[in-house]
Amino acid sequence: MHNITRTDTAPPVVGLSDVHKSFGALKVLNGVSFEVNRGEVLVLIGRSGSGKSTALRCIDRFETIDSGEIIVCGHRVSDPKLDLRALRQDVGIVFQSYNLFPHLTIEENITLAPCSVKGISKSQAKEQARQVLAQVGLEDKLRQYPEQLSGGQQQRAAIARSLAMQPKVMLFDEVTSALDPELTGEVLKVIEALAADGMTMVMVTHEMGFAKGIADRVVFMHRGKVHETGPAAILTSPATPELAQFVGTGL
Amino acid sequence: MNLNLDFAAILERWPAFLDGALLTLQLAFIATALGTVIGVLGAIGRRSRHPVVSRLCGIYVEAIRNTPLLVQIFLVYFGLASLGLKLSAFTVAAAALTINVGAYTTEIIRAGFDAIPRGQIEAAEGLALSRAQIYWHVVMWPAIERVYPSLTSQFVLLMLASSVTSQISAEELTAVANYIQSDTYRAFETYILVAIVYVVLSLVMRAGFWLLGLVIFPRRRRLGTPL
Ligand SMILES: Nc1ncnc2c1ncn2[C@@H]1O[C@H](COP(=O)(O)OP(=O)(O)O)[C@@H](O)[C@H]1O
Ligand SMILES: [Mg+2]
Repeated sequence: MHNITRTDTAPPVVGLSDVHKSFGALKVLNGVSFEVNRGEVLVLIGRSGSGKSTALRCIDRFETIDSGEIIVCGHRVSDPKLDLRALRQDVGIVFQSYNLFPHLTIEENITLAPCSVKGISKSQAKEQARQVLAQVGLEDKLRQYPEQLSGGQQQRAAIARSLAMQPKVMLFDEVTSALDPELTGEVLKVIEALAADGMTMVMVTHEMGFAKGIADRVVFMHRGKVHETGPAAILTSPATPELAQFVGTGL
Repeated sequence: MNLNLDFAAILERWPAFLDGALLTLQLAFIATALGTVIGVLGAIGRRSRHPVVSRLCGIYVEAIRNTPLLVQIFLVYFGLASLGLKLSAFTVAAAALTINVGAYTTEIIRAGFDAIPRGQIEAAEGLALSRAQIYWHVVMWPAIERVYPSLTSQFVLLMLASSVTSQISAEELTAVANYIQSDTYRAFETYILVAIVYVVLSLVMRAGFWLLGLVIFPRRRRLGTPL
């Protein structure tokens, strides 16, 4: 659905191949492979406990994998000598529970990483904070503290905070699951605008209608494996009975 | 039984009381400032990934919390003397009080660190902040804001406990009182006055901490809500 300005030789932004991951005796990822190309939106779906969050967290090295390979923006994530902070400058991650820093204003939340990590000047960072907040429709909340914002606004501010680091890929883990239905829409709209701008994204979501509209590719996880994958159309005409049952339940 | 109180002889010694009170405040100030630094470092140490570091910090805290302050003061006093170090009673008192309050502060600040949700740290890690930056910006300030009331109470308690340093003749408020009561034979009056001065010092410290809190916690100043 988007103009993917990619030549066939360009390596994928995110690539997982045959990734295995266990927590103790529990095998969570059992040979997961998928790729995300530049400008693509990949939507991860599956039942609760099927390993979606774990897969996403492995991409940003919040979990280490047992075997297989993950390459993100040229970083070999599975390499023990990985430059973790360089990886995380290229990857933005947004969690279900926003995790804004409660003691800082929205502006301070957003300028913290650009100033301390990238070393850009305070005034430049503030200018950039204004830009990313405008992008998520919160230009008037600069001086507010997180607790003064609604859940939807906090999640949009968290997205803005990630954007300020100018990541090459964004990861979203059920970012609307903690929100009332009427606040979900405003967050999804922001993500749609990002996709239209060409941001590469991997997102876990239970909003099937939204997934149909935004996904370039859908990955259905089941029992730690990619059970079915394809364009958004597989959500309306699934090939496997498991996906049929999953979308049928309207989850 | 008739109570015969005469404050006149005591009150005319007011410059000595004032000196003692100022010295007590100085001791409290030094131990509070250095104790805060020790507490932050100790709390980081107790949460260290290196078991030797966390164990050592744990031993420090437990050793201090399970021995009397007076014994700690004597240990510092005679310990330094046996090393051939000739330090003033004031320096020894300040050192001993700092070591003492540092242990309590370590425990309080560690509790504050532990109360920071894991998600806060993950969000900061996801933004590529370094470990030191995360501790400074994301963990330490909200942790201290959260435990600020316990922390400041501990420092007021320390100021009151500093009266014990009169035992090594640090010229703080209680030592001054001991001297004046033996000089004037007005023991009860002397200690009534001293108790009042300690109350005033406590109030001064609490007011100071309240003002400091307004300066270092801008969110609380603006919203008035606890973190
Ligand atoms: N840190 C962890 N330690 C132990 N088990 C975990 C951990 N994280 C996730 N799990 C388990 O792994 C399984 C997959 O979890 P997750 O990836 O969060 O699934 P999903 O996001 O698809 O709901 C679940 O059974 C979960 O309980
Ligand atoms: Mg999940």
